[in-house]
Amino acid sequence: MSTDTINWTALIVFILFFLLVTVLGFVAARWRAGDMSQLHEWGLGGRRFGTIITWFLVGGDFYTAYTVIAVPALVYAVGAYGFFALPYTIVVYPLVFLVMPRLWAVCHRHQYVTGADFVHGRYGSAWLALAVALTGLLATMPYIALQLVGMQVVIGGLGIGGEGFRGDIPLIIAFVVLAVYTYSSGLRAPAMIAFVKDVMIYIVVIAAVAVIPMQLGGYGAVFDAADKAFQAKGGATGILLQPGQFVPFATLALGSAFAAFMYPHTMTGVLSSSSGDVVRKNAMLLPAYTILLGLIAMLGYMAIAAGISVKSNTAVVPALFLKIFPDWFVGFSFAAIAIGALVPAAIMSIGAANLFTRNIWRVFVNPNITPAAEAATAKLASLVVKFGALIFIVALPTQYAIDLQLLGGVWILQTFPAIVLGLYQTRLRPSALLFGWAVGMVAGTVMAYQMGLKPVYPLAFGGTVYPVYIGVLAGALNLVVSAVASPLFGMLGVGEGSDATQPGDFLLSQAK
Amino acid sequence: MEDNAPKRSTPWIWGLLLPYIALLWLPFYNAREPSLAGFPFFYWYQFAWVPLTSFLIYLVYRVTK
Repeated sequence: MSTDTINWTALIVFILFFLLVTVLGFVAARWRAGDMSQLHEWGLGGRRFGTIITWFLVGGDFYTAYTVIAVPALVYAVGAYGFFALPYTIVVYPLVFLVMPRLWAVCHRHQYVTGADFVHGRYGSAWLALAVALTGLLATMPYIALQLVGMQVVIGGLGIGGEGFRGDIPLIIAFVVLAVYTYSSGLRAPAMIAFVKDVMIYIVVIAAVAVIPMQLGGYGAVFDAADKAFQAKGGATGILLQPGQFVPFATLALGSAFAAFMYPHTMTGVLSSSSGDVVRKNAMLLPAYTILLGLIAMLGYMAIAAGISVKSNTAVVPALFLKIFPDWFVGFSFAAIAIGALVPAAIMSIGAANLFTRNIWRVFVNPNITPAAEAATAKLASLVVKFGALIFIVALPTQYAIDLQLLGGVWILQTFPAIVLGLYQTRLRPSALLFGWAVGMVAGTVMAYQMGLKPVYPLAFGGTVYPVYIGVLAGALNLVVSAVASPLFGMLGVGEGSDATQPGDFLLSQAK
Repeated sequence: MEDNAPKRSTPWIWGLLLPYIALLWLPFYNAREPSLAGFPFFYWYQFAWVPLTSFLIYLVYRVTK
């Protein structure tokens, strides 16, 4: 790396904002201070977050930095198909509104910290809980790694990235800082930083959608330019979908929506709220971020209209900002994206640490663990998870993380039947759910490999072939196997399990 | 539990299915016209469903509160 490629103004603004959130991260430990030697204080912020903090926390956690990079990159490359992210992040909320308050209520009543804790209590099966916990860990690791990719891309845009180990040094510094304040402040750190990050992202996106089209001749001109570019490019691209893309578009949206709140990080966001009413209000208010996401997706078309040409599609957004914005605002917007990576990465590592501690360590290794040792184990686990992700990104090709994150979506969907059905009267046998989970995991992984790690699988139905999102196919298989196996296992008298919950535990009015 | 049951089973809940139908059936909106402020129908229709969905959730929230 040579100093003349560095954008100094942007770099200085970037570093200033980064320092600001670092200070906030450490101050956060004292915010509404709790006893950090308790896991629910460190890992769920003491379950005290109200409507506004939860809105920022889940917003910063669900709409990640990688989204800001990847969604416009996909739209830039293929057009309308990339907009499946919009229906996805709309139809997710009726589901959140109906399902998550029930999960919150039962977890609050029984002091469950993770989704796997709930599964353990509801079914009395440590093995089913282990399956849910391992799936969560497996799905989260590549997701954390992708946040690093988001950070890497903007660091590269500042001119301080570059090849080899030296190019990774800024990324490593940023991540060590993140690891240290997550260790000391727990979930309070990302909650506090999320506020700053989201305000910054809103400013950047509003500036981008107001300023950029003016320079390019308005939205009509932006769409026309994209239309022409895709017609020249050909293939399955365009500013409208081709009929063959209807089924994959819809199933990707639906499957992703079902998967979204099964991830440990989104579930952690829900469980840290102070009441079920907070969860319900957030289902109403969080769609504001979906508008933001739609506008972010538009950046892909703006990049086409601005004549941006990049080696790797992930560089589209930084390249567009560098071309359009003044240097100081480039620094501001890159800082927004990099800080936007810290928030979800912190929450993901906390969610994963909670799973490891509660559902693996405490159950299978040290059942007599004290609450203080439990919190200490989780803190340590959060460090291991983060450094694992860092090594992954520094040592292996980025494509591995992208492929694994795709598989992660398919995998996490396989925990949906055990968790969501368990919130209602339908209590299937844990042995059957475990069997269904295993079938779904294997089938989903095999299908994805057969398709060369593409998300859709061609399903022949009535003489026509429909490409369907693999997560939906594997999930349906899982559900059918679980539902059929449950009465069969019942006849054989195996795997009844036990149930620590009462029907009333799921209702908000009784969770006081 | 019984006294909560009637509040839970409001018919308004079925309204929450509308976004799924409206957004997952692509022939409804995979079109360029009518466009709005330069946005083809495909795009502004999706954007419009964001506040609509929030509003539907708000209605159910009010009824079941």
